Amino acid sequence: MSIALKDARQEKVIFKSRAWLAGVMVFLLLSALAARMVYLQVDQYEVFATKSENNRVQLKPVAPIRGLIFDRNGVLLAENLPSHSLTIVPERVDNMPETLALLQALIDLDDEALIRFKKRNKQWRRPYEPIPLKYRLEQADIAKIMVNSHFLPGVQVEAELVRHYPHGADLAHVIGYVGQINEKEKDRLDPVRYKATRRIGKIGVEQEYEDLLHGEVGYQKVETNAQGRILKVLDREPPKPGQNITLHLDAALQSTAIKAFNGRRGALVALDPNTGGILSLVSSPSFDPNPFVNGISHKAYSELRDSRDIPLFNRAIRGQYPPGSTMKPFIGLSFLEYGVTDWSEQIKDPGYYMLENDERVYRDWKRRGHGKVNLSRAIIESCDTYFYEMAFRTGIDQLAPFLSQFGFGEQSAMDIGNALPALLPTREWKRKHKGRSWYAGDTLNMGLGQGYMLVTPLQLASATSVYAAKGKRNKAKLVQYIDDRWLENDEDLPDVEILDAANWDKMNKAMNDVVISPSGTARAISRNLKYAIAGKTGTAQIVGIAQNEEYDSEALEERQRDHALFIAFAPVEAPKIALAVIVENGESAGLTAAPIARTVIDHYLDSLNRTTEVDYGG
Amino acid sequence: MAGDFIRHLDDSGMGTGRTLAQKLNIDITLFLLLLVLCVSGLFVLYSASGQNLSMVYRQGTYFLIGFSIMLLISQINPRWFQLAAPWIFGAGLTALLLVLLVGVGAKGAQRWLSVFGLFRFQPSEIMKLAMPMMMAWFLCSKVLPPQPKTIFIALLLIGLPAILIVKQPDLGTSLLVSVSGIFVLLFAGFSWRWILAAILMAMMAMPVMWYGVMHDYQKQRVLTFLDPESDPLGSGWNIIQSKTAIGSGGLEGKGWLQGTQSQLEFLPERHTDFIIAVYAEEFGLVGVLLLLGLYLLIIFRGIYMASRARDTFSRLVGGSLIVTFFIYVFVNIGMVSGILPVVGVPLPLISYGGTSIVTLMAAFGVLMSVYMHKH
Repeated sequence: MSIALKDARQEKVIFKSRAWLAGVMVFLLLSALAARMVYLQVDQYEVFATKSENNRVQLKPVAPIRGLIFDRNGVLLAENLPSHSLTIVPERVDNMPETLALLQALIDLDDEALIRFKKRNKQWRRPYEPIPLKYRLEQADIAKIMVNSHFLPGVQVEAELVRHYPHGADLAHVIGYVGQINEKEKDRLDPVRYKATRRIGKIGVEQEYEDLLHGEVGYQKVETNAQGRILKVLDREPPKPGQNITLHLDAALQSTAIKAFNGRRGALVALDPNTGGILSLVSSPSFDPNPFVNGISHKAYSELRDSRDIPLFNRAIRGQYPPGSTMKPFIGLSFLEYGVTDWSEQIKDPGYYMLENDERVYRDWKRRGHGKVNLSRAIIESCDTYFYEMAFRTGIDQLAPFLSQFGFGEQSAMDIGNALPALLPTREWKRKHKGRSWYAGDTLNMGLGQGYMLVTPLQLASATSVYAAKGKRNKAKLVQYIDDRWLENDEDLPDVEILDAANWDKMNKAMNDVVISPSGTARAISRNLKYAIAGKTGTAQIVGIAQNEEYDSEALEERQRDHALFIAFAPVEAPKIALAVIVENGESAGLTAAPIARTVIDHYLDSLNRTTEVDYGG
Repeated sequence: MAGDFIRHLDDSGMGTGRTLAQKLNIDITLFLLLLVLCVSGLFVLYSASGQNLSMVYRQGTYFLIGFSIMLLISQINPRWFQLAAPWIFGAGLTALLLVLLVGVGAKGAQRWLSVFGLFRFQPSEIMKLAMPMMMAWFLCSKVLPPQPKTIFIALLLIGLPAILIVKQPDLGTSLLVSVSGIFVLLFAGFSWRWILAAILMAMMAMPVMWYGVMHDYQKQRVLTFLDPESDPLGSGWNIIQSKTAIGSGGLEGKGWLQGTQSQLEFLPERHTDFIIAVYAEEFGLVGVLLLLGLYLLIIFRGIYMASRARDTFSRLVGGSLIVTFFIYVFVNIGMVSGILPVVGVPLPLISYGGTSIVTLMAAFGVLMSVYMHKH
């Protein structure tokens, strides 16, 4: 080891060797960069070219236009109206609280809309997807927002088509409504088909026919920048609009029926016995479906939900009532069918009926009794004692199967999915659900349509329609045409066949007398009848009346009064319309339910005649 | 082979007598290479700025200023650099201290010093020149290869400004300044054993850096570098998008102004740190190789010029400056193409920004000075 000294020559040699080394390193490292570039731009070119293209080009789904709904005469029942809504793209907003405060100062924004917006803002959504804040902007609101748009980055006014129901409450229980898709529905829906759709049918025809009404989603191929702003449209695949639906329903008839109810609680279903098509379906009171489309306010919804009259409840398809004496024509036919009696046999009615070895008194509605009664008279005057006796003779094991042929105890409507099957009791049913065996008294009650038996107005009307068509069963259905295609029955139901077909006409005569005979229970509607009508009244007790106690309607609260029922069809010789009416707490069927039926039938037959005249004239 | 080529380039500038360029202390070869690079850079910037002409004009102005400064500095005899080195270094350190005390800045970093409210500058930029000069000044008076004691003092001289810059915080610049000092050591004959030991120490220092020195955003950059897909919309976005831009350029590129990644703003910081991605997307692999070739020529020419300087101080300064220039190129392109973590280093003479241009051109001025003043 020598002492190190400064050596300029040595220093230069060192530098040169290090410089060479540096040169080599630089060359190698730049080659490494070049190799990296070759890897990215040659080997991985396809991958990145695709990625870049996906960056640039986006498929934007375009919502299809929802199919329209018409009534049988081409009257528009559900339409799509342009509406402007206020939306916000949170990604573009600099200061959300300030923006919301400014908007609140500009236009009328309720707290609920703000809460809903904030909730949506927290949920997952596609980046740059606008969140709606307010629907149905007024022109003035739009102007105010536009003028201040400079201070409102990320705030947009969007035009879209929004469902509107011009008939409002009249048809809410038939057509239903569409509403915002909720989380549960989102999981169930086809994510591709509903990519651009905001609303879905919630109840009624809108729900039942959602699949057809919705249509097929379309696409726009757009070039966007990194902020998601659309720069140009490269290609488009237009959406396929949903199919239009024509109902059997007659909007004018519906409106007449609702007016006839005059605000009373109840339900009416009218069908064309020749097709099973539902001409009118009323559940009174009803509600305006339009606020539901954009999300009804909590307050308005609570009011509807908590109302004592339960307007949201569809009585026509889900209300279950004891059918009362409206069962008598059906049950009367079963007596004949099983040969327990004939048209001529008379029994004596003292005003009550008693079983052997039983102390219970089964009372007739007429205290002093109807005297000597045969089947016709028992129908016309609605004699209870006669039906106690004959029901006893027939027995539940024959009554129940016979009635089930008319669709009682089952949900047989074709396109009303959430209608209830109500209840046709049998021995097995009682053992299973009540834990007791079937008593003879149960059969007696059933002979009057009381006791366990329950029907929905839809079911009662359908059964009446089958009856009117002399056993020909057409499924009840709302929809007539889809676009121009006639809606066929999905499956045929077995017709009701009776041993002696002449019994239909004889029973029709008795039912006609219910209206036109001076002793008929519905004689109040017989005035100025231009056609032959067959009908039957019924009352459904909703409060049990203790033995030997006077029935005093005055003392009962209005809401504890009996329900009034009426079934009818007309014209008797070739029925065009069959219906069932229930007026809750209507008490006297002949005075409350029957006049509604008369009004509806008058209107419908009149309208048919008018059409015929026009046809001839044309 | 490459050396022959550089020598050949050099010969073209060497006449029998002193040419005008020589009288003006200009190395024509380096001058022309830089000019080509800068003019190309303007075209790339036009595209990368979203066809913002005023930005291109401003960059052009920076280039004019930069070239002027280069020419001015190249007139100075390297002897003056040697005399001034400790003073410049001292001034730089003072400025760095001031930055920490009264500096201004943005995004949580204090990097700027405002001079009487007239103009603002980054003292760390001064260090990019002052560090090699100081190290060369220090080492050229010592016995080379450097003795352990010399190395220890040299490392202190590197460490002091490095720590001050890290505190701003600006890890990228700090590393680059340190590296420029270390290069001087390497050119001075820093022994391989020590280099090996230093690498080992650096590796051991990594956990200390991770837990003690690095800020969260710096750690995030490293994590994102290791796995950019882990945060595709957050910090991984930059790298994913720049790789996509480069890769989708393919062999021939999408054409000038046709790069969708850059023109549609998918690429972040496209006119500054990520400008190479714009270039690679629009001019493809062919363009990238041409650019790398251009850088290679400039660096080789620089190394050659440094090695031909007249004394140890000049050689050390020149060598360190040109290799540091290479490091800028390597770190920037390496970062944008996803083989290095994201550190804020612009692509020399292509990225938009006056500060970087002025510093770089000043460095080339020093390089020309040490090469041209042979006597």
